[in-house]
Amino acid sequence: MSTDRSWNDRKMDIFIGDLLRAGVLSSALVVLVGAIIYLVGNGRSPADYRLFHSEPSDFRTVRGVLRDAIALRGRGIIQLGLLLLIATPVARVAFSIFGFARERDHLYAIVAAIVLLILVYALVFS
Amino acid sequence: MNVLEFSLIVWAGSLIAGFLGALTGLGGGVVLVPMLTLLLGVDIRYAIGASLVSVIATSSGAAAAYVKEGFSNIRIGMFLEVATTIGALVGATLATHVSGGAIATVFGLVLIGSAYLSRKPRSKEEREAPQDPLATKLRLNGSFPDAEGLREYNVQHVPAGWSLMFVAGALSGLLGIGSGAMKVLAMDRAMKIPFKVSTTTSNFMIGVTAAASAGIYFSRGYIDPALSMPVMLGVLGGSLLGTRVLVKAETKWLRRVFSLVIVALGIEMLYKGLSGKI
Repeated sequence: MSTDRSWNDRKMDIFIGDLLRAGVLSSALVVLVGAIIYLVGNGRSPADYRLFHSEPSDFRTVRGVLRDAIALRGRGIIQLGLLLLIATPVARVAFSIFGFARERDHLYAIVAAIVLLILVYALVFS
Repeated sequence: MNVLEFSLIVWAGSLIAGFLGALTGLGGGVVLVPMLTLLLGVDIRYAIGASLVSVIATSSGAAAAYVKEGFSNIRIGMFLEVATTIGALVGATLATHVSGGAIATVFGLVLIGSAYLSRKPRSKEEREAPQDPLATKLRLNGSFPDAEGLREYNVQHVPAGWSLMFVAGALSGLLGIGSGAMKVLAMDRAMKIPFKVSTTTSNFMIGVTAAASAGIYFSRGYIDPALSMPVMLGVLGGSLLGTRVLVKAETKWLRRVFSLVIVALGIEMLYKGLSGKI
């Protein structure tokens, strides 16, 4: 097989490792910033976590979260960090499609594409 | 209780859950949801949403280290992720339709089951399995670094492993746990994949599975920033601490104690679920 010699499973492993670590660290950082803003502003208000109502649309759509985060609202920034975190494994799968394709492993490029489709469906269309 | 106090309590509890989960290899999710629902009275679906987020954080963090060591098999992981993510969609959709009591009942049974599984010894390391035609066609066979260099392994019983993965994914979506124990069971026992490869590949898959479920919980409005924030930061910090200590600590007695805690929580969840108190 005439696979690209500079590109192999090992390199893909290392890149995926870095990608995962960067995703987790950056999302934790964003959540932390949001937490500080939220707790400084709302720390003293009473907490009632026994009964929830479904989150307002601000917190359940990507657009709503972005709007709140840009307005520097604490909970919006936290939610943005959580979205970044959810996106991390999704990015890993998306990158795998590219990696397998470069290895000329078409079977696994397709398998990875199926997994990506399922993930996107869950996040966007459910 | 004000917001600051609540956040600190949840953060501290999550820190302990993440720490013990990493130390015992059982994951933090299994004690997190019972802790939030039984002790703090949080609605079970919001507890599950927060738990899923923390599961993504810990498994991605751990997987980052493992893939670099060359133990996990990305083809086995990717192939089985088709099963776990479809399962997760089914489980998460189910969770938004059934009652909290029904979720708690299943949760209790799974807790007791996973405590039982964790007590069974791992299968033998030495294996000489013949090549399975389907596994060979799917290029699942691989190798991993060993004391004597690279060791090859042949994957067996692909359909059985795939089906078990679907169930593991469904439980993950329904309960907000990583289902690591069941994933390892499917790979180690059914597919005859070496234990070290099974555990690291399982860790790798947990994040993708949880991301599929978390997507549904997010768009249905069950991921609350104020609750998920202390949970995520606590579990992540605790598990990072746990993996540092792991190398030195004697974990045998700890696993026993933790298993007992899990069984106790399981019985409590079962009782609350069946009596309709959740």
